[in-house]
Amino acid sequence: MTHGSAQTWLHRYAVLTAAATLALVGIGGVVTSRGVGMAVPDWPTTYGYNMFFFPFSKWVGGIFYEHSHRLVASIVGVLVVGLTRWLGGRPSRLPLALIGLGEVLGGLALLRLGPAWQGAGHFLSGIGGVVLLGAAVWARNEPAATPLPLLGWLAFWGVQIQGLLGGLRVVLYKDQLGIFHATLAQVFFVLMCALALITSRWWQSQRSSDSGFMGVAGNSALERPEARRGLDYVLFATTFLILAQLILGAAMRHQHAGLAIPDFPLAYGKVWPAMDAASVAFYNQQRLEVTAVNPITAGQIALQMAHRLLAGAIMGAVAVWAWRVRRQLAPGNPLGKMAVFWLGLILIQVLLGAATIWSKKAADIATAHVLVGALSLAVGALQCLIWLRQADESVSPAHHQPCPHPSPIIHHPSPQLP
Amino acid sequence: MNKTTVFLSVTGIAAALQLAAAGEISGTITLKGTPPAEKEVDKGADAHCGAKGTTHHYVVGSKGELANVVVFLEGVSGKSTGAGAPPVVLDQKGCEYAPSIFAVQTGQKITIKNSDPTLHNVHATPAETSGNKEINEAQIPNGPEKTYVAMKPEMFLRFKCDVHPWMFAWVSVFDHPYFAVSGTDGTYKIENVPAGKYKLQAAHRKAGTATQEIEVKEGAPTKADFTLEAK
Repeated sequence: MTHGSAQTWLHRYAVLTAAATLALVGIGGVVTSRGVGMAVPDWPTTYGYNMFFFPFSKWVGGIFYEHSHRLVASIVGVLVVGLTRWLGGRPSRLPLALIGLGEVLGGLALLRLGPAWQGAGHFLSGIGGVVLLGAAVWARNEPAATPLPLLGWLAFWGVQIQGLLGGLRVVLYKDQLGIFHATLAQVFFVLMCALALITSRWWQSQRSSDSGFMGVAGNSALERPEARRGLDYVLFATTFLILAQLILGAAMRHQHAGLAIPDFPLAYGKVWPAMDAASVAFYNQQRLEVTAVNPITAGQIALQMAHRLLAGAIMGAVAVWAWRVRRQLAPGNPLGKMAVFWLGLILIQVLLGAATIWSKKAADIATAHVLVGALSLAVGALQCLIWLRQADESVSPAHHQPCPHPSPIIHHPSPQLP
Repeated sequence: MNKTTVFLSVTGIAAALQLAAAGEISGTITLKGTPPAEKEVDKGADAHCGAKGTTHHYVVGSKGELANVVVFLEGVSGKSTGAGAPPVVLDQKGCEYAPSIFAVQTGQKITIKNSDPTLHNVHATPAETSGNKEINEAQIPNGPEKTYVAMKPEMFLRFKCDVHPWMFAWVSVFDHPYFAVSGTDGTYKIENVPAGKYKLQAAHRKAGTATQEIEVKEGAPTKADFTLEAK
């Protein structure tokens, strides 16, 4: 089966959206690293302006980062609407039209509520307008292969919820919403990477009878099931640990307390730091803040210790995965190379974590730590997808006989544009 | 003599008697030990702010006089006259808050000015359990003044500007008028304190706290010096 040009462009568009999402995660990371998440006190307006017409001369200090974050988020939103439309094909036009119309009408209704709702009303109407435009695209393309349309809708709602979370965090003064916003950002990035993978030629090529196992030429041998036994637990558990670590990291960063522990690998000069009230008061008195960070608490110190311990556990788990994969799976199985790459990412991530502390939480290093964390989660999740795909293949191998029970993740004819 | 005149006379005499029954507490705060070096602040993110500054956690005179120490009577409550007190002005100048440490009564207005040619956001961040209100409002250059009123006692309620993250000020809120903040010479004075025995506390954000028992006598000054130690 060939990978049609339309499918190629769909894949490229999915990669573009994933890359834009990573950039957005990075800018969001900068906002938190610099402690400027509240630099624009209103939303969805910016200092009373429509956010798209805020004068560049006023992009000063923290406003520059927070406002940029909102603009890039808008771009990602538009890209995702386009992706949803493309993946959903012609059948998605009606639901998009209905949703867009609903949002436009909802926005207009908000405008009538009074001056306080003008910004929100214009914003909702604007989103609705973009969604309506997506519905209006006349291409009568067929939907992409299952489950891509569903994943597209997941992305559609995910990006809107994420935008709402970010805005509400500002207007409601809720740090807890910031933690959800940060966590959803990571999960959303994984979704975008999954879409990029599943739309790829690489993913589709496994059905090629010439290329054998997972598109690797000349290697038509699948591992025996015994070879894969137990590996799935390692992979899925490690990926879940990384997600847990990212949630811990988000919880730490959104305390806005700076570095709860200023040294590494020790903690306040000890293997385990004192966390009684008198010691914590002493830590706060000793720390001369350069920016307006919140006081350190015992809970934050405990969070950071948990983060350090979990980092060690993840490093060990990924090392075990990489070692076992290369021992147990067939040579040329792409999971082998991905496992080594994953281990490299984790080692870089540990170094960045240490550097974040040694640099007294320099914003660029702390942000790099966030980005590599996102990539680590994505690589783990993609390996999980490939693992599931391979497991499906091993039940019904494609390269010698037709698949009697097609997997839900299966290639359909390329969508044809008129 | 008509009734109004009698009433005013009696009221005036009562007030004078009350003042005569009040005393004054004053003293000097000294820092023992060498404070850590202040840190450099990079203000380059906004060209209107100048290039660099320094933190001011310890403002210490040549003889150890410690400024920005909040001195107050402990255990006194429900005597706020803040509603009628003149507003305290918090200004934003050179992308710094001035003053950085001050004190008010509950119900007393804090008038926030922006004397800078740049945008600030006025972000008051009280403790979650304090009962005071968090605000985050934009303030345009040389724009209209803003007002904040804290209705609950709180020590070191923080004001910050998220546009310029190095900006912060701390206000301590009391529901009585018996407090003061030490000046650059380390001295403080609390006036019109009713006679009686009290616990007096001196609190510095970094050097910690110290307390002493004092007795205020009618019409007589009470001296109470404090020594705090650098951490």
